[in-house]
Amino acid sequence: MSGLSYAAPTSVDEAVKLLAGASGLAKVLSGGTDLLVQMRSGRVKPDLIVDTKKIPGLIGIREENGSYVIGAATPGAMVEAHAGMKAAWPGVVEALDLIGSTQIQGRCTLAGNLCNASPAADSVPALFAAGATAVIVGGKGRREVPVEQVPVGPGRTSLGKDEFILEFRLPPRPARSSDAYLRFIPRTEMDIAVVGCGISVTLDDKGVCTTARVALGAVAPTVVLVPDAAQALVGHKLDADTLAKLDAAAQAAAKPINDKRGTIEYRVKVAGVLARRVAAIAFDRAQGFVNGKAH
Amino acid sequence: MNYIDTSLKVVGTRPIRPDGVDKVTGRAVFAADTRAAGMLWGKVLRSPHAHARIVSIDTSKAEALAGVHAVVTAADFPEIVSEEAFVGEGPMNFRDLSMNCMARGKALYEGHALAAVAATTQEIADRALALIDVQYDVLPHVIDVEAAMADDAPVLHDDLFTAGVDPAPTKPSNVAKVVTFRKGDAEAGFAEADVIVEGRYTTQPVHQAYIEPHACMATYAPDGQVSIHSSSQGHFMVRAYTAKLLGLNLSNIRVNPAEIGGGFGGKTLVYLEPVAVALSRKCGRTVKMQMTREEVFRASGPTSGAAMEIKIGAKKDGTIVAAKQILKYQAGAFPGSPIGPGCMCGFAMYDLPNVDVVGYDVVSNRPKVAAYRAPGAPITSFAVECALDDLALKLDLDPLTLREKNAAKNGTKTHYGPTHHNIGFTAVLDAVKAHPHWKSPVKEGQGRGLACGFWFNIGGESSAQVHVNEDGTVTAATGSPDIGGSRASIGMMVAEVLGVPPTTVRTIVADTASIGFTFLTGGSRVTFATGMAATQAAEKVVEDLKRRAAQTWEIPVEAVEWKDGKAYPAGSNAGAFEPLDLATLALKSPRTGGPIIAEVSVNAQGAGPGFGAHICDVSVDRETGQVTIERYTAVQDVGKAIHPSYVEGQIQGGAAQGIGWALNEEYIYNDKGQMENPGFLDYRVPVASDVPMIEAVLVEVPNPRHPFGARGVGEVPIIPPMAAIGNAIRRAAGVRMHDLPMSPPKLRAALDAASG
Ligand SMILES: Cc1cc2nc3c(=O)[nH]c(=O)nc-3n(C[C@H](O)[C@H](O)[C@H](O)COP(=O)(O)OP(=O)(O)OC[C@H]3O[C@@H](n4cnc5c(N)ncnc54)[C@H](O)[C@@H]3O)c2cc1C
Repeated sequence: MSGLSYAAPTSVDEAVKLLAGASGLAKVLSGGTDLLVQMRSGRVKPDLIVDTKKIPGLIGIREENGSYVIGAATPGAMVEAHAGMKAAWPGVVEALDLIGSTQIQGRCTLAGNLCNASPAADSVPALFAAGATAVIVGGKGRREVPVEQVPVGPGRTSLGKDEFILEFRLPPRPARSSDAYLRFIPRTEMDIAVVGCGISVTLDDKGVCTTARVALGAVAPTVVLVPDAAQALVGHKLDADTLAKLDAAAQAAAKPINDKRGTIEYRVKVAGVLARRVAAIAFDRAQGFVNGKAH
Repeated sequence: MNYIDTSLKVVGTRPIRPDGVDKVTGRAVFAADTRAAGMLWGKVLRSPHAHARIVSIDTSKAEALAGVHAVVTAADFPEIVSEEAFVGEGPMNFRDLSMNCMARGKALYEGHALAAVAATTQEIADRALALIDVQYDVLPHVIDVEAAMADDAPVLHDDLFTAGVDPAPTKPSNVAKVVTFRKGDAEAGFAEADVIVEGRYTTQPVHQAYIEPHACMATYAPDGQVSIHSSSQGHFMVRAYTAKLLGLNLSNIRVNPAEIGGGFGGKTLVYLEPVAVALSRKCGRTVKMQMTREEVFRASGPTSGAAMEIKIGAKKDGTIVAAKQILKYQAGAFPGSPIGPGCMCGFAMYDLPNVDVVGYDVVSNRPKVAAYRAPGAPITSFAVECALDDLALKLDLDPLTLREKNAAKNGTKTHYGPTHHNIGFTAVLDAVKAHPHWKSPVKEGQGRGLACGFWFNIGGESSAQVHVNEDGTVTAATGSPDIGGSRASIGMMVAEVLGVPPTTVRTIVADTASIGFTFLTGGSRVTFATGMAATQAAEKVVEDLKRRAAQTWEIPVEAVEWKDGKAYPAGSNAGAFEPLDLATLALKSPRTGGPIIAEVSVNAQGAGPGFGAHICDVSVDRETGQVTIERYTAVQDVGKAIHPSYVEGQIQGGAAQGIGWALNEEYIYNDKGQMENPGFLDYRVPVASDVPMIEAVLVEVPNPRHPFGARGVGEVPIIPPMAAIGNAIRRAAGVRMHDLPMSPPKLRAALDAASG
């Protein structure tokens, strides 16, 4: 019977060495809420598990020159409890907070959600919309890439065998900026997104959008950025015409499949619906209107 | 004795559930919690094909694997002749059950058991399964009920000839039987009608989704004695099926009932127990088996999905003059859908002069259906109650008024034969009318639906013992597994009769060797039938206690009265004696005849039918097609609520399961006939936040055939929800949803179609 080794290194170098030297399949472990489930079902059979949680800095949130840096293994519950993050990035926080239940929140991470590379991952459209970057470490050293370069297909990432994500960086926030995330699920919780949408905007003092990023989940092999949808917002207030253009751009970008979670026709329509609803929340927040959480 | 009009001290109160502490602290022993020294793990190899001839099964490599102690296939089970079984709930044939537990000749659905192994660890068992070489001849398959009825459909059973048609067919088909129920002349009735509504409805098979997967542990000892620990709705049922499937004597099998983590009808038959015994018989070791959730979905029975046509004709004033229904129920891989009750229940609530119902029992390549709360009734009622709503809309009549006009009353003769007596349907409708929910205006943007439901409830064979312990406390033992709080209600009835507090009565579920035969927990029968046996046993104890007091006082037994847990002289003429309480009498028992105990077995008749009506308010998100249940009220005639909290719990649970059935639950098959959603992520039962507070309104029209007036309550509440929600959607959003589940994509598509 093949063995399974587990290591919990206490430094980046040690972790990279373990990954580089592994024979067979090595998997990085953050919260384990995807990995352990996949191992139990027999879908993934790793020979080595490298747990990142003991590496200094992997768990925690800090501020650096006006931007937030989130350790890759920081659990959802910790992010949700961080007042600064909630104020600056309510969309990222609410997206991460949608993952699973209270129990899952104690473990699940942004890194795991991104690197599991599911097109339906909830925090990923919000991270894409936020313009977040991932700091990746590996045998060749350290590199910082936009998050949208990490997932490349269902279950696949651009990371090398000896690489892992160390932390995420969110850009500094200008005035009148905010974000939002909504997903559609047939139930009210504990479900997987049929469509997800994250939008981040900055407005001028008249409420006109100056910059925008729009991302959709569960409508393509990976989460996708939708520049046309962002373009529909920039230069406009959120009037009926803008909403209609946003809806159309989101629908046009949606290239989903028919599967047990939804039909193509339905997913395309809902992509447009969510884009409108999410934009409304993000605009409200950017103008200082108080909004509840997405769920 | 009958206590219906007496003043009650215990029955009708809400004491703490006797099995509650064990359950919330995790101490309760479920079947999966059992362990034994030297125990092996049994696992099942299942067919990946929906329909295939089994050319060969080579188990030699698996047998040779170190740690494997036994491998069984159908060859290790006796071939049984076709014989109707009256052991479980609903129709079953022993031969079919044998072939369902272990495929013989053909695999009839994906997940069908082909072989099983017993090994020292689960990992070795898994590896052994992978070493079994099965050669298949894959056959065309059929999943859908109407496709299975088509002339050119792949036929599952060469020896299945449609029963109930004349002349008898000469060609086998997937239609196991046709049943018809006729009253009056439907065609003549329709000719008289001012308005007619028609519709075609479909429902999906839905799983009971009990939280505990099937599990058991079995030992076949060298002397042929078999012991089984398992979770089921009836340990006598497990004993009967296991004996028959393995050719054993009942007296050689002892089944211990484990705590059960939900059944809802789905544990009224066996899957694992005969297999575990067969494995143990082969290797002489104890074998434990437990299904995964995936196995539960792929291999255990949901209730039927169906295709239905309905037509109802009425006069302008709402008087229904004719009703017609065609029902096609999926049976799964073997005959035996609940088509009979399906044909009876839909129209049973109404006083209809002309009725014509035809039902088809149809096999296809999916797991054999099992009972699920009020088997068959929720399906037919979805069509009937939606059609009635359409009729109300067409006539511009209030939907409650329409039901009141046509409601069955005492003396109404049903279309399937019996005449209703002592029923409470009009009392239920009165309670709806008086309820604040019904009287409140419908909120802006919402819609309100009303639907009703009927279930027979059953009685049958039950045994109960009442022991007075040496200190005067009481043990009540029955043969009924406790699924819905029956330990509490049985103990309360015994306490009421004995005149003692319910906390001094401990109710237990005794194993098959320790109590008389008891039919399984199903058909909402336990509080009625086992409750009747326990009440009578307690009465016998009271008689005995009175005799003992009379003996002590040396007065005639007629001069002794039993009150509030004590024997009193019946009047001043009887003599002046200090009353004797239970503890004193128990202490004296060695001198008054020995242990104080009574056992009563009954075959209870006269289970009163149950009626319910549900009111549901929904809002519809027209852009996503999502339905939100805003308010839900379930009114039901419960006869007498012995423990009102558990009655309310039954009603809330049934309604919650109905909400899942209505909105999201379905089996998704790929083109190979394999289920794509065998887990709770994609088989969407409602989560807590999907379900609003369900207000249960208890109407009590006593059932005179039960000592306290009880009727079964567990099944009625799952009947109305699908139509109540469908009717609410119709009124909120203007579209009639004919197909379950009324999921967001379907509703959005219907809304788009309606807006052109
Ligand atoms: C009950 C339940 C409910 C769930 N609900 C949701 C939901 O609503 N929405 C949703 O999006 N997801 C959901 N999930 C999935 C899962 O919880 C999330 O994807 C979560 O974010 C994964 O994070 P993790 O830290 O647990 O990942 P892990 O399981 O630790 O890892 C996941 C993958 O990422 C890789 N990985 C982890 N960390 C790194 C790193 N630092 N660098 C590189 N690769 C890494 C791992 O090797 C693995 O392949 C649910 C899971 C469960 C069990």
